[in-house]
Amino acid sequence: MITILYFARLREQLGLEREQFELGQATTVAAIKSELCQRGDLWQQSLTADNILVAINQQLSQNEDQVQAGDELAFFPPVTGG
Amino acid sequence: MSWHFFPPLPAAKMTVEIQIQQQDFDYAHEYQLLRGDSPDAGAIVCFSGLVRDLNLGSQVEKLVLEHYPGMTESVLQNLLEQARQRWDIKRAKIIHRVGELTLGEQIVFVGIASAHRKDAFAACQFLMDLLKTQAPFWKKEVSDQGQTWLDQRESDLDQEDAWEK
Repeated sequence: MITILYFARLREQLGLEREQFELGQATTVAAIKSELCQRGDLWQQSLTADNILVAINQQLSQNEDQVQAGDELAFFPPVTGG
Repeated sequence: MSWHFFPPLPAAKMTVEIQIQQQDFDYAHEYQLLRGDSPDAGAIVCFSGLVRDLNLGSQVEKLVLEHYPGMTESVLQNLLEQARQRWDIKRAKIIHRVGELTLGEQIVFVGIASAHRKDAFAACQFLMDLLKTQAPFWKKEVSDQGQTWLDQRESDLDQEDAWEK
C-alpha cells in the first residue's frame, strides 16, 4: 500500500487530495499512472498532461523510478510560488 | 513550521531559518534578526515579494497559495545548502506565506547576511530564482475573470538556467 497525494489544479480536477493505493503488479511511477488512467477520461487527461510532475517521498522523480510499499507518491503541476 | 539548521563544520558556520506560515511577517524585525549578535556581516540583502494588482491583463482580487508540507521545507533547505557552498553566508532566512492573500500583502521574504555585498546580492537572487522554479508552492489567482491556477513562466525557467553556468 502507498499513499498518493494530488496538489493544486490536479487536486481540483480530480476532486481528490489523497488516497491509499494498493501497489499490486505496478512497481514504477509509469505503471501506477497507467492504472490510475484506467479510472476514466478525466484521470487520463489530467495525469498524462506532459507537464505533470511526480515526487516519491518528497523527492522529484521520474516516470521510470521504482515505488515501494509505504512510499508517499505525489502528482502536481509545475510550481508557481514566490 | 520552522527549524534551525547548523552544518557540522565550524568553518561553515551559518544560521538558517525556514518558515512556512499563513500569518504576515515583519520585514524590519527580520532585518534586525539578520544583523545578529556578532558584527561578522558587512552586508544584508533582503527581498520581499508582494501580491500585485494586475497580472497578465486581469484585475487581481486575491491569491490563494497552496504548498506540499514537508517537501517544501526540504527543497528550501537544499537550496540554502547549495547557496552556502557557492557564497559566504552568515545568516539566512526564508519566509513563504500560504493560504489567502489579498492585494498588496507580502508573500515571500528572503534575507541574507554576508561578509560582503556581492555574496549577499547573489545568494538572495539565487534563492528567489530557484524557489520560484523548484519549491512546491502553487498560486491560484482570483480576479474579475474568475479563478485560475497560474502557469509557470518561461522567464522564470530562464532565470533558473542562468545559475547553472
